[in-house]
Amino acid sequence: MTAALELQQVVKEFPGEPPVRALDDVSVRIDHGELVAVIGPSGSGKSTLLNVMGTLDRPTHGVVRVDGVDTARQSDNEVAGVRSRKIGFVFQQFFLLEGMTAVDNVANGLLYQGVSLAERRDRSREALSRVGLGHRLGHTPNQMSGGERQRVAVARALVHRPAFVLADEPTGNLDSKSTGAVIDLIRELNAEGTTIVVITHDQAIANSLPRQVSVLDGRIQSDSALAVASPAGSQLQAGQP
Amino acid sequence: MTAVSTPPRSTLRPVDVLRVGASGPLARRMRTLLSALGISIGIAAMVGVLGLSESSRSALLDEIASLGTNLLTVEAGGGFGAGDSELPDSATGTIGRIATVNEVSGVWDVDADVYRNEFIPEGETGSVRVVAADESLLATLNGTMADGRYLDEATSAYPNAVVGSVAAERLGIRNLDQPTYVQIDDQLVEVIGLLDEFPLAADLDRAVIIGTNAAQEFFDAGDAPAVVYARVVDGAIDETRDVIPANTDPANPEEVTVSRPSDALEAQAAADDALTTLFLGLGAVALLVGGVGIANVMVIAVIERRGEIGLRRALGATQAHIRRQFLTEAVLLSVLGGVAGVAIGAAATVIYATSQGWRVILPTEAVIGGFAAAVLIGAIAGLYPAMRAARLAPTEALRG
Ligand SMILES: Nc1ncnc2c1ncn2[C@@H]1O[C@H](COP(=O)(O)OP(=O)(O)O)[C@@H](O)[C@H]1O
Ligand SMILES: [Mg+2]
Repeated sequence: MTAALELQQVVKEFPGEPPVRALDDVSVRIDHGELVAVIGPSGSGKSTLLNVMGTLDRPTHGVVRVDGVDTARQSDNEVAGVRSRKIGFVFQQFFLLEGMTAVDNVANGLLYQGVSLAERRDRSREALSRVGLGHRLGHTPNQMSGGERQRVAVARALVHRPAFVLADEPTGNLDSKSTGAVIDLIRELNAEGTTIVVITHDQAIANSLPRQVSVLDGRIQSDSALAVASPAGSQLQAGQP
Repeated sequence: MTAVSTPPRSTLRPVDVLRVGASGPLARRMRTLLSALGISIGIAAMVGVLGLSESSRSALLDEIASLGTNLLTVEAGGGFGAGDSELPDSATGTIGRIATVNEVSGVWDVDADVYRNEFIPEGETGSVRVVAADESLLATLNGTMADGRYLDEATSAYPNAVVGSVAAERLGIRNLDQPTYVQIDDQLVEVIGLLDEFPLAADLDRAVIIGTNAAQEFFDAGDAPAVVYARVVDGAIDETRDVIPANTDPANPEEVTVSRPSDALEAQAAADDALTTLFLGLGAVALLVGGVGIANVMVIAVIERRGEIGLRRALGATQAHIRRQFLTEAVLLSVLGGVAGVAIGAAATVIYATSQGWRVILPTEAVIGGFAAAVLIGAIAGLYPAMRAARLAPTEALRG
């Protein structure tokens, strides 16, 4: 079975004096149905890893396979197409459009697939009910709490039924109560079958998730899915859930 | 190729391009209104000026039509050495006998000065002339009286005068509620009528007109008419114009000049006056400034909305989709200004033209041109900001 997402020997360098090697020979495989925590200190390369996984940024070297297709050499239009169908994003800063209702913010998740407005809204309402916001459909972001906003963003990442969802520190702007609620939601969605990668620098959250990948200085330091005895990052073969 | 190997593509439906383009301006209404203002002022100025000049031109043409375009003016001059040539004494009669001439009336210069009263120093006539004219003049010129009566058989033999509109003003005569006199040379002459303007014979506006008999009896008038006015059968104007010189002066037909005064008025109506050109220029400047304003607002929008751009890219928008969004936004701002401008310009035209009693004419070229200009300006103003937005790398945009 093809992996939901597979990185092989990915290097990402940012130009500069000297150049910054944000990802250094990273290989990781994530299968459909997994829930993975990516953990590491600030500046270790977590966001860069997630951007490369999500085709928002291109690797300097290496292979990035989304649902079995290598995206590293695809055109800008092609990777945009991949994002519109296969990938959902959740960001620390929510990125909801002000002055737009929850329904319409979530409906934007289907906008670039050419789905009609009526269908976008129908599916948006469904997704909002799924994240427990069926009662907030007509609210705009500034009428909602931080936790509610992030649940709207999660609904937007799900609405087009992507191959996987990438969340970059989704609880970074939330209080502890909302953090718990969002992590619970992520666990529930995964239980229903959604593949999710969550970046966090909170060890407790990471430990509560099925698989942990820890990143340091642009390298994978350990991956709980790999055999405990083998040296970290030395294998291409991904573990089974 | 099988369906399985077809790569997924991003698509943005045309109706969604419009929705997405409108979402920014709708979320920031005050800014939207202000940024559309410049364009609306420019378009309003242009539509208003074109509407008003078109309406006033049509009013002038209507007036010319009501005055009649079948009036001909016959004067001496035109040939070689024509400096002191004169029409023959009998010109009025011969022209009147042409079959296609309905009405004819001669005007003679009278060598006399006119004053409001005997106390005005000699020479200060206010450049008011004295002329003698046939009793048929008023009918020939389709003239009307502002006050009193025109000369008739009874009054034209005596020292009675009718005063042209400008002459009346210069002589300080406003009405004839009281018996009014002017001094022509040594003779006290009663003013029995005040004329309205003669748009087709503006010379007469500056004249004091007396009867031909009175001119012969009391003053020094020549026998040769200075001007002969002829009202011609409609449809026979050109041929009449051609035969008048030979009829009038068979010996020297080249010394007879025939003109059609309505031609000059029509040419004037057709000409764009300087004020219209000036306002069109100002409107164009306002449009330019409005376009620069929109470009400016759009550049700011692209900087402020980096996060939105990054999000849309993450949701699958291509560079082209982002470019289209911001281009649409700029065009919508500009078109909003254009619609408001056309409405304001049209309203100004309707209000002013109605107050002047003119027929309201809104040139379609001005309205369509106004919209087209707005679309074009918006597209040009939005081009650079839209390119910048599209070129922004998704990760850079998402850093906010
Ligand atoms: N666009 C960029 N240009 C240059 N350096 C960058 C850029 N993005 C990230 N980096 C560098 O790459 C390293 C990893 O950054 P990042 O992936 O954001 O780390 P994390 O998300 O784990 O805090 C850091 O040293 C950071 O300064
Ligand atoms: Mg980060």
